[in-house]
Amino acid sequence: MKTNEFDVIIIGGGITGAGTQRDCAMRGLRTLLIERSDIATGATGRNHGLLHSGARYAVNDPESAEECIKENMILRQIASHCVEETDGLFITLPEDDLGYQKTFVDACRRAGIDAEIIDPDLARRLEPSVNPELIGAVKVPDGSVDPFRLCAANMLDAKLHGGQVRLHTEVTGFIKEGDTIVGVHTRNVQTGEEADYFAPVTVNACGIWGQHIASMAGVRIGMFPAKGALLIFAHRVNNMVINRCRKPSNADILVPGDTVCVIGTTSTRIPFEECDNVSVLPDEVDLLITEGAKLSPSLSSTRILRAYAGVRPLVSADDDPTGRNISRGIVCLDHEVRDGLKGLVTITGGKLMTYRLMAEQATDLVCRKLDIAKACETATTPLPGSEEKSYESVAQKIWESPSTAQKAAAARLGTSASRIRTENRSEDALVCECEEVSLSEIGNALARLEVSTLTDLRRRTRVGMGTCQGGFCACRAAGILGQAHGCIERAREDLADFMQERWKGNFPIGWGDTLREAEYTQWIYKHVLGL
Amino acid sequence: MKLQEFTTSSHNFEECMKCTVCTVYCPVLQVNPLYPGPKQAGPDGERLRLKDPYFFNYALKYCMNCKRCEVSCPSGVHVADLIQAARIKYDRSAPKLRDRILASTDFMGSLARPVAPVVNAVTGLGITRAVLDSTLKIDHRRVFPKYSGRSFERWLRRREKQQAAFEEQVAYFHGCYVNYNYPRLGKDLVKVMNALGVGVQLLEREKCCGIALITNGMSAQAAKNAAHNLDSIRKAVTGKGLKVVTTSSTCTLTIREEYPNLLGQDNADVKASILTAARFICEKIEKGATLRFRPDFHKKVAYHTPCHMEKMGWGIFSEKLLRMIPGLELTILDSNCCGIAGTYGFKKENYEYSQAIGEPLFRQIREVNPDSVACDCETCKWQIEMSTGYTVENPISLLAQALEDDEEK
Repeated sequence: MKTNEFDVIIIGGGITGAGTQRDCAMRGLRTLLIERSDIATGATGRNHGLLHSGARYAVNDPESAEECIKENMILRQIASHCVEETDGLFITLPEDDLGYQKTFVDACRRAGIDAEIIDPDLARRLEPSVNPELIGAVKVPDGSVDPFRLCAANMLDAKLHGGQVRLHTEVTGFIKEGDTIVGVHTRNVQTGEEADYFAPVTVNACGIWGQHIASMAGVRIGMFPAKGALLIFAHRVNNMVINRCRKPSNADILVPGDTVCVIGTTSTRIPFEECDNVSVLPDEVDLLITEGAKLSPSLSSTRILRAYAGVRPLVSADDDPTGRNISRGIVCLDHEVRDGLKGLVTITGGKLMTYRLMAEQATDLVCRKLDIAKACETATTPLPGSEEKSYESVAQKIWESPSTAQKAAAARLGTSASRIRTENRSEDALVCECEEVSLSEIGNALARLEVSTLTDLRRRTRVGMGTCQGGFCACRAAGILGQAHGCIERAREDLADFMQERWKGNFPIGWGDTLREAEYTQWIYKHVLGL
Repeated sequence: MKLQEFTTSSHNFEECMKCTVCTVYCPVLQVNPLYPGPKQAGPDGERLRLKDPYFFNYALKYCMNCKRCEVSCPSGVHVADLIQAARIKYDRSAPKLRDRILASTDFMGSLARPVAPVVNAVTGLGITRAVLDSTLKIDHRRVFPKYSGRSFERWLRRREKQQAAFEEQVAYFHGCYVNYNYPRLGKDLVKVMNALGVGVQLLEREKCCGIALITNGMSAQAAKNAAHNLDSIRKAVTGKGLKVVTTSSTCTLTIREEYPNLLGQDNADVKASILTAARFICEKIEKGATLRFRPDFHKKVAYHTPCHMEKMGWGIFSEKLLRMIPGLELTILDSNCCGIAGTYGFKKENYEYSQAIGEPLFRQIREVNPDSVACDCETCKWQIEMSTGYTVENPISLLAQALEDDEEK
């Protein structure tokens, strides 16, 4: 068997691709994942990180709601180190129609979501940051999920099952034999190296970019890009997810996640060409702050860390080329049936929440094509790191009296934190102080999680995601990467790219303390480090 | 677009620019690798604690609460307050018996006072210290402050009428140390005030300011003391229109800053009226009051600014006071922490760190070789006297010594 031959090639390193690779690998397939950038760079890493209970969709899209609550319960079990079981509130404000609450709760119950109407007073006690003006509250099993961690854990498990991963590698074309796709031409975007890979089935899991990949293969998928902007606040204001109990609208979800909280989103149609370069506009920032403050008034006076935007991979239904009938559901296309093109499957649509189900559907289809009967086990097998449910017990088992950084590592890595236990105190030194990431945790990421740039490292460790936005940690981490890769020049360029990317997120909200911080960082990099 | 008008966060922790200046100025971090340092323990740790109290780190107990991090912070973050507030909120371990004893300054004072000679003799014995060391983990090398047989309150009460004769009055928050251990300082204050034409009176009832309770994990009791003291202070300030003066820098800081910031006791209405005696005297002299000094006074003095005085920025008044004294040759010592931080240095686990922190200060004192060291803090006094052998006197006492004696009080 040649090293460039596989059973299945998956294009796209978002959560759908990583999940599909894991599922395929667990069913015994030889898998290759190809991603032109890094894992979780598209919609996967550019959303709220909300572990939907499905309540938000209950009234308008009961099917999605049912999918959400089922996957919600599954992810709590299989991805415990990526999930925070915070619960959520749907609040009714004086300007909202309290009558909607009943419609909402009924719909939730029909979908199997445990929605409970609670006294506004209890809501104020459960979540002290909630708008005290609320006149109604419903408690639902929302939570938060770290998409980077989830994606990395899926990729890691696929690798542990023999899967191979090529990041920073783009597909430049398909290799066809008659009416069958048999492989892909690729090019490493960092080194320019070209390579061909072969497999009887290729899965297009590129989200919004799936349209482009499909057209390369000669088939058409109509995507309808909708931009959503979000703001990250510098610390957790709330400890429960807060939603508005009304028809879904702009900026009506506030999600606590790790050390921050996120308000979003907006929704704007954008042309497909803009998908690669979305930015957050002043109007969107205004809207997010104004509407966000209605959920939790303190947001209007809380430091904002970053603004970012993602593009939802919405797909138009096949029978509606106008795009009016846009589905938020899972779309799994067998191009052999649909277009007469063998060897290509597209999995798109859906949501972060339903990635596992999407992966299952895509893998089922792949297995049918390859005539493999093994059943899906991803709903019951924990991801690496999630073998233990609470990070407290993880940390306690590894360290006698864990420091804050060790506790934080246990929360990020789950049981994999045992890999960063060291006998050498200098390995415990912090690289990232805001998020408490140690040298040994970075070593673990470099060894196991396919890191080639600082931005890759950030997605796997939270380095640079804290209050200083890379000011202190990025240069340290660049030194470590430079050492690991044996190239200082590359590390220097990487550092410049990283800081530029951090500034991109600071720029739309560049005032007050965020601006001071950015100025200060500039002094360090320009005047102290001479970069 | 609309910008946020302002941002707020508890103890200003979001103002932190991560510049790390506080880490450089933290005396503990220089000597104790177990301490995460003010930035980690304060604003950085706070973000994690907000996620889950589980991220609280018990190593925060190594913070001395000296507030040097706050003095150094260019962004106005109340770093030490954050750390102490986190200890108050998240530290679920019950205070040890030792910590209860060390923190109960007024209770222990009232127990020891009637039998002061016995207590003093016993605490001075090597065997006692060895026992305290092994049972309570109070370090055997530590020298205990002596107790006085007669309390300052009793002394001043006997002179109530005489003091009331002065037209101008001031209320005195004397603190536990003056009351139980060292009434002499209180008497010196009365002498100086009287020389300025001001009579001294006690507050209606005074309890320990509570700083030792806060740092030893007994903040509920500290809050009670605070409410009680503020009530008495209010009666003096709003009721009688008096200023309240102090001779201890730490008591002053506690009442002015820790009450609202850590104990939730609002003091905005009286805060401006609570001053160190040094500041009160300086202001009085600026307005034209005069003191008559002995012509033959001569003393070489080195002034050590206590950390809490630095935090208030009021060392300048004590310095001014000392400079007023003819014949007093003054050296201002470098800004350093003496290392004792109240009850901190008494604890066996902190003793070595405590002495290592103070070493630069001790070295400089030996180099200057003064007749005595001036300092406004009683625990600095114990530490410096024990560690250098030099006598430490409050600037008020030095002022009292230098005054022309009109009559013996």
